[in-house]
Amino acid sequence: MAMLEVKDINVYYGAIHAIKGISLSVEEGEIVTLIGANGAGKSTTLRTISGLLKPKTGAINFLGKNIAGMPAHKIVREGISQVPEGRRIFAEMTVLENLELGAFTRNDKDEIKKDLEMVFGRFPRLKERITQLAGTLSGGEQQMLAMGRALMSRPKLLLLDEPSMGLAPLLIREIFSIIVDINKTGTTVLLVEQNANMALSIANRAYVLETGRITLSGDAKELAASEDVRKAYLGG
Amino acid sequence: MDFAHQLVQQLINGVSLGSIYALIALGYTMIYGIIKLINFAHGDVYMVGAYIGFAAVTIGNMPIFPALLISMALTAVLGMLVERIAYKPLRHAPRISLLITAIGVSFFLEYTSMYFVTPTPRTFPEVIPNISFDIGGFIVNGQQLMIFGITIILMALLTYIVQKTKLGKAMRAASFDTETAQLMGVDSDKVISMTFCIGSALAAAAGVLVGVYYNTIDPLMGIMPGVKAFVAAVLGGIGILPGAVVGGIVLGVVEALVSGFISSTFRDAAAFAILILVLLIKPSGLFGKNTNEKV
Repeated sequence: MAMLEVKDINVYYGAIHAIKGISLSVEEGEIVTLIGANGAGKSTTLRTISGLLKPKTGAINFLGKNIAGMPAHKIVREGISQVPEGRRIFAEMTVLENLELGAFTRNDKDEIKKDLEMVFGRFPRLKERITQLAGTLSGGEQQMLAMGRALMSRPKLLLLDEPSMGLAPLLIREIFSIIVDINKTGTTVLLVEQNANMALSIANRAYVLETGRITLSGDAKELAASEDVRKAYLGG
Repeated sequence: MDFAHQLVQQLINGVSLGSIYALIALGYTMIYGIIKLINFAHGDVYMVGAYIGFAAVTIGNMPIFPALLISMALTAVLGMLVERIAYKPLRHAPRISLLITAIGVSFFLEYTSMYFVTPTPRTFPEVIPNISFDIGGFIVNGQQLMIFGITIILMALLTYIVQKTKLGKAMRAASFDTETAQLMGVDSDKVISMTFCIGSALAAAAGVLVGVYYNTIDPLMGIMPGVKAFVAAVLGGIGILPGAVVGGIVLGVVEALVSGFISSTFRDAAAFAILILVLLIKPSGLFGKNTNEKV
């Protein structure tokens, strides 16, 4: 059984039908990516899985439990953690406080300390800025903080929404190699990206979204090689 | 009495009045910070706090400190009930609906209280000995010392909760970005409820202190201090805790100076003149800043 199974969900923003019957699955240990143009419904899909939006119909099974419609603060406890689009760090709190909030659901102090060290191991720059207000960090550092914060809940599944947004190419490469690293140490990843090239280069499988529907899906390498995808999303 | 001497004396009076405004303004600003509601019923919560303290002292025969604690505890529950019954069902409604409901809650508290305790003002018994201290020619009385002491303790406690505890971090996170706080596992409903709990307890403390200071309470006593505390919160920058404290003290001092040097008739006018000036010159308040988000 897949770790995450989204079955035929429909999501509305008021009267607007944003997600029109999407189904997808993520197996344990995979990196799966959702690619597509602006407004295709990638973020909406992710926000529905994390509980910020409720599907009108359809089911979302995570580790065999239907989590569709469950409030976001409970879904974190089930083992899903989201790095939101635009990072959404708590700018008026320190780097350490942001990371502590990431561990909000946990009470195992010693283990939290270990995970803090793990995050600082992955993102040494955060350790240098531990007492700084998060709002004073650079864009790349804020992305690292948002990822570190999400890892602090020890997620089984990490949802990443546009981690490359607004970052310089060199930084994007750094962030993506960290995503691969995180995946190698046992965290399953569902990645939403507009930078389809980068996303397909690290993913096992991919889904292509167009105006609220999945139009293509399959092995990431094959999709990257396919003529249709190259034309539409990879710049020829 | 020369000018300088009277100035200092008025400053002492102003700071004690201002401490009371600050306690009420803290609740205003905390609630605004988290659900963006100007809780117009907050002044009436303060009035109920004063009456509970009064009942504890007169009917319950309690000394002032246990009475203060009981009043804070019961008023905290009242604040949570108001939120649960009146505001929570409107979580996704337009903000204007919430605002109008707050005005409704305000009237409800005022006139329900009036039904039960009658509109006649009550005289607060003398709960602490009527002593005054002469410090270098300046008079500080026992009530004023009590106000300073309790205000400082409560503010220290609040600072500790907000800065150091898990609840406090959840409150700050939720008031900065509720949605992302939920992604961290913060139950925003619980945090909102706790914010009303703490804010109402502070208002209750202010109510009891005012009862002790001015000796008299009545069911409509919350209207003016409620509006003044709102001015204090706006002056400091609404949503900012240290702003509420500074705003409250500044407002109290200005009022005392106007009463002392001009005429007490203009006291309230001074408060509203401050509101108008703040809104004209720096609407974000003394501590308000324009935050820029990095995209």
